[in-house]
Amino acid sequence: MKKYTYTEKKDTRSGFGAGMEILGNTHPNVVALCADLVGSLKLEAFIKNHPERFFQTGIAEANMMGIAAGMTIGGKIPFASTFANFATGRVYDQIRQSIAYSGKNVKICASHAGLTLGEDGATHQILEDIGLMKMLPGMTVINPCDFNQTKAATIAIADYEGPVYLRFGRPVVPVFTDPDQKFEIGKAWMVNEGADVSIFATGHLVWESILAGELLAAEGIDAEIINIHTIKPLDEEAILKSASKTRAVVTAEEHNRLGGLGDSVAQVLVKNLLVPQEYVAVNDSFGESGTPDQLMKKYGLTAPDIVAAAKKVIARRG
Amino acid sequence: MEIKQLEDVAGQVRRDIVRMVHGCKSGHPGGSLGCTDLLVALYFKKMKLAEENGKPQFSMDGIGEDLFFLSNGHISPVWYSVLARRGYFDVSELATFRKIDSRLQGHPTTHEGLPGVRIASGSLGQGLSVAIGASLAKKLNQDDSLVYVLMGDGEQQEGQIWEAAAFAPHHKVDNLIAFIDYNGQQIDGPTAQVLHNRNLGEKYAAFGWEVIDLPGGNDMASVLEGIDKAKAAAGKGKPVMVILHTEMGYGVDYMMGTHKWHGTAPNDEQLAAALAQLPETLGDY
Repeated sequence: MKKYTYTEKKDTRSGFGAGMEILGNTHPNVVALCADLVGSLKLEAFIKNHPERFFQTGIAEANMMGIAAGMTIGGKIPFASTFANFATGRVYDQIRQSIAYSGKNVKICASHAGLTLGEDGATHQILEDIGLMKMLPGMTVINPCDFNQTKAATIAIADYEGPVYLRFGRPVVPVFTDPDQKFEIGKAWMVNEGADVSIFATGHLVWESILAGELLAAEGIDAEIINIHTIKPLDEEAILKSASKTRAVVTAEEHNRLGGLGDSVAQVLVKNLLVPQEYVAVNDSFGESGTPDQLMKKYGLTAPDIVAAAKKVIARRG
Repeated sequence: MEIKQLEDVAGQVRRDIVRMVHGCKSGHPGGSLGCTDLLVALYFKKMKLAEENGKPQFSMDGIGEDLFFLSNGHISPVWYSVLARRGYFDVSELATFRKIDSRLQGHPTTHEGLPGVRIASGSLGQGLSVAIGASLAKKLNQDDSLVYVLMGDGEQQEGQIWEAAAFAPHHKVDNLIAFIDYNGQQIDGPTAQVLHNRNLGEKYAAFGWEVIDLPGGNDMASVLEGIDKAKAAAGKGKPVMVILHTEMGYGVDYMMGTHKWHGTAPNDEQLAAALAQLPETLGDY
């Protein structure tokens, strides 16, 4: 098992803020919109440097999405940002008609996704957003795993023409990816090559998968860990290559097991390669208040859960 | 173009509308007929359009030209006819309206690449926000042309409209001229019965808009005058809202004064009766 270490923990939303600060200087057509959550989205630096390119919409997300769509007419690249719940479910029809169907170059930037939002509870902990967004034709869906990857993804999507959903979170988590990485949309990242089981992970579950890989290695199980940061378009080639080798698949995500990464992977497998798959995901329920660590444990999204799923799928493979 | 010529165009557009909805046995003639005079006045007289030898040159970004957005996308027949008659595409394509493989979808879309359309609309309440966004982009681009948007009065019941209504004055979006097709009708009946839009003009004024009441929405001279008034009010720190009084179904006697022709197509006999009232001025498609 390849060794991954970290010297600091940071929130992925700060990676978004750092990416926006850079884009402010490098991309004059990038504009930012936010619905009364500037501090939470870490947009202060962008706003300080480029106040004329920031648009505060107030608590009015539907209008924000429409304005973002309109600003692309004239060549702007709008980054419309708020919490994931309000960036997707609340404004689904606005995104569907004015952004996705209209093919607009809007970047929907969603923080506080999933359970790790923590104490605010289920009203804010959206676990359905990946599913909602990936069902829209033409939508790219990205869920980076740490500060550095989120920063790189933020910068990368500015140069991609088309609607993008960028999902990140609130808690501080280990920073373990390359600070100078180039983010390639739709290209999976090989975290660790292995032979016994494939773990396909996205977002905060990538670090948990690395911890799980170490636990499995101690028991003599050689796990292949692949980071699927782009859920749509999905890197089917990387998935099939790995699954053909290990013939046992675990998917890991901070999302409902219905409609997330796991289902995307299952669809690729069922069409191409009949191998067993286990889901590490929220089991079709809402979340609740608690600390991020407590919630991840209670809802089965930690390294030991991934270990258990890996052993189970290996047993099913026979 | 003089008023008489504009009226001739409007008459032909009305013929196109009833023929289009008859041709596919569906669509929304009522609001389309009511808004014909406005769209003809904008496209044939008042909007600054990118042109080459009198032929419009469509680009998605529309830099340096005035933009028009149709928020109440169900009145697509009038928009399609006006775009075709203005030269954005061939009038023969109007015959494909709502038919399979057509660029003229039931509700307008960019998806099929129809020149003149810059956003999909149909799900109501979204166009004002989009128009605000396009207006902001024009300001950032130091482009001093204007953005026009048309909404329905029933559409004012959508909540997103009021988010946009608060945003535009706060951010001084004064290169935006919005119209409400104030015909008092919607699918389920008179707007006053379905959900009353009390004091619409006063509401927008209270939100900080410059509001212009335009009673003669089906009289070409009044419409031209109203647009001039709106243009004169633009650029002064406030967005402009024109309450355009129209009659749903205007120009076809049996369609007027009722919500019943909001979304119903005429049969063969009714089509003949409608066309008898609308002289063919430019030649049918």
